[in-house]
Amino acid sequence: MTHDQCTLPTRGGCPTSTKELVIMKAKIINFLETTGFSWSVPMVKLASGENPREQLQELFSLLGLPVIAVVVFLVMWSGMAVQVNTSLGQLPGPAQVWQQATTLYDEHVAEGEKEAAFYQRQEVRNAKKLAKNPDATVKIRSYTGKPTYFDQILTSLLTVFTGFLMATIIAIPIGVACGLSDRLYGAVSPLIQVFKPISPLAWLPIVTMVVSAVYVSDDPMFEKAFITSAITVMLCSLWPTLINTAVGVASIDHDLMNVGRVIRLHWTAQVFKVALPAALPMIFTGLRISLGIGWMVLIAAEMLAQNPGLGKFVWDEFQNGSSDSLGRIMVAVLTIGIIGFILDWMMVTLQKLFSHDPTASIR
Amino acid sequence: MNALSNVVSQLSSRSSAKTISPDEATTASPTKEEMSEEKQVKERVYLEVSNTSIEFPTKQGPFKALDDVNLKISRGEFITLIGHSGCGKSTVLNIIAGLLQATEGGVILEGREVDEPGPDRAVVFQNHSLFPWLTVYQNVELAVKQVFKGKKNKAEMVEWIEHNLELVHMSHALHKRPSEISGGMKQRVGIARALAMQPKVLLMDEPFGALDALTRAHLQDSLMEIQKETHNTVVMITHDVDEAVLLSDRIVMMTNGPAATIGEILEVELARPRNRVELADDSQYNHYRAEVLKFLYERQRKPDESAA
Repeated sequence: MTHDQCTLPTRGGCPTSTKELVIMKAKIINFLETTGFSWSVPMVKLASGENPREQLQELFSLLGLPVIAVVVFLVMWSGMAVQVNTSLGQLPGPAQVWQQATTLYDEHVAEGEKEAAFYQRQEVRNAKKLAKNPDATVKIRSYTGKPTYFDQILTSLLTVFTGFLMATIIAIPIGVACGLSDRLYGAVSPLIQVFKPISPLAWLPIVTMVVSAVYVSDDPMFEKAFITSAITVMLCSLWPTLINTAVGVASIDHDLMNVGRVIRLHWTAQVFKVALPAALPMIFTGLRISLGIGWMVLIAAEMLAQNPGLGKFVWDEFQNGSSDSLGRIMVAVLTIGIIGFILDWMMVTLQKLFSHDPTASIR
Repeated sequence: MNALSNVVSQLSSRSSAKTISPDEATTASPTKEEMSEEKQVKERVYLEVSNTSIEFPTKQGPFKALDDVNLKISRGEFITLIGHSGCGKSTVLNIIAGLLQATEGGVILEGREVDEPGPDRAVVFQNHSLFPWLTVYQNVELAVKQVFKGKKNKAEMVEWIEHNLELVHMSHALHKRPSEISGGMKQRVGIARALAMQPKVLLMDEPFGALDALTRAHLQDSLMEIQKETHNTVVMITHDVDEAVLLSDRIVMMTNGPAATIGEILEVELARPRNRVELADDSQYNHYRAEVLKFLYERQRKPDESAA
C-alpha cells in the first residue's frame, strides 16, 4: 500500500519535510477530532502558523465561551448558596466544596500512609516471630481501614463496568436474534416494553433477596452488595443496547443481506460478517445510552445495597450530618457528573471509530 | 456405469447410422435435421425464464406483479430489460437471481432449474451494496474466498481479485473504503465483485441509475470493454433508452403492471465495437431508439401520467 504519492519518488524529488509536516498536522487534527478534543484544534493550527486571527476567533468560540459559562455558573452558585440555611449550616459554595475536595484527597493520602505502615509493622512482627521460631505459623492479615473516597470511586467504576458488561453480553445476542427474526421480536417485544421502564429502586429488593438466596458461599469471591448493585445496573442498562441492536440489524440495507445470499454465506457467517458489522454503529449508540443509564442507576443501587462506592459515600455523609457533610456530598455529586462525562466521551470516541459514515456528526 | 452405457449406446447409434442404406437415409434425414435443429436451439438457449408469474400477498388479496413471462437467452448475449418504473423489471431479475420465488413457472440455467440465489448468477445492485466496513479489495475478497473456497489457493485468489479490480480500473484504490471513493467507483467495485464470482449470468439491476450522465457514459464504455474480453451473458435492467440501445444485443420491453409481461423484443443489430459518438448520427441507431421510445411512450404510456 502506498501512503502518498510523495513517498514514492526519490527524496530529492519532493520537499519531504514540509509535506510530511502537513500530513502529520492533518493526522493530529483528525485524531483530536475523533477523540472529542476539537476545541484544541485551533491551537495546533496556531502552532503551525495558520492564519492566527481566524484561529484565535475559533479558539474563543470553542474554548473561551465554555470557560466564561463555567465562571458565570460558579459566581451564581456562590452568590445563591449563601442565602440558603439548612439544619447542617449554610449551603456550601464552590470554595467550601473545593476545600472538602482537598480534605478528601488528604484523607486518602493519610489512609494510604496508615496502610503502608500497617503492612510494614506486620512484616516486622512476622519476621521477628520467624526468627524466634522458624516453625511458627505466620498470619498475614489484610488492612481493614475504611475505604477512602478514591477507593470508593474505583469500586463504583468496577461495579458499573461489571453490570454493563453483563448487560452487553446478554443484550447483543438477543438483539441480533430479534433483528433477524420479526417473529422473535414480536414475541419478546411486550416483555421488553414492560421491563424497560422499571426503576432500579424497584428491582433492588428482589435482586437482594435472590442474590442472598442463590449466591451462598463460605468464601465469597465478591461481596453480596457488589453483586446486587451490578445486577441491578445490568437489569436497567440492558434495554437500550438490546433495542438498538435489534433495530440496527433489522434496518440493514436489504441488498447487503442479498449479497450474502448470492455468495451463499452460511448463516453464521451472514451474522458475523454482514449483520453484526452493519449494525455496529447502532449497537454502539445503544451501548453509549446503556452505560449512561448504568452509571445513573448505580448510585441509587449503591445507596440501598450499601455497596462501598460513591452511592454509599453520599448516603453515609447524609446520615453523618456533620457541618462538612453537604460539602462532601457536593464533591461526590460533581465527581459523579465528571465521571459520567468521561464515560460518555469514551463511548462517543468508540462510536466515531466504528461509524461507517465519517461525515456523520455524532453528538 | 451410466456414463459407460451412454457411450456404448452412442457408439451403437453411430454405427447403426453408418449402416443405414441410402434410401433409408433419405427418409430418415428430415427427422434427423429436425432433431439437430432442436438440439441447436436447446444449446443456444442458455438461460430460460419460462411461463413465470409471481403474486405477492397484500391486504387486498394477492397482487399479480408478473404474468406469464417467457424469455430465452443465449450464451454470451447482452439483454436489457426496459420499462416504466413499477413494471416488474426488478422482479424478473430477482427471480432469475433466486432472491424471489416465482409463483408459477421458473428459471432454467444450462438445463437445470434454479430456485435459490447463487454465485453463478451474480448480481450488481443499483446502490453498489458494498460493505462499508471493508476496503475495496476486501469487498471483492469476501466474495472470492466464499466462491472459490478449495478451488483456488491463496496466491491464485489474490491474483484473481486484483485481476478483476484491474478490469474495472480500480487498482489505484484497493485499500480505500467505499466512503472514500466516488459513486461511479463504488459501482465499478460492485461490478468487479460480481465478475469475480465468475458467474454464468451477470445480473445488473439499474447499475448506473444513480450516477450522473457523464459517469454513466464512462461506465457504459468500461462495461463494453469488459464484455469484449469476457463475453459474459448479461441481463441488465435500465430505464435509459440510449443505454439500452448502445449496450444490448436484444432489448426486452415490458408492459406496465399489474400483471406485467414482455411486450416486445427488439433485436439490435449494430456492429461492435460500438462508439457512442459515431452512433449518435447513425440512422439505424436512431431507428432502434425511436422503436423503444414509441413502445414506452405510445403503446405503454404510464396510466397515471395519462390521467394527470
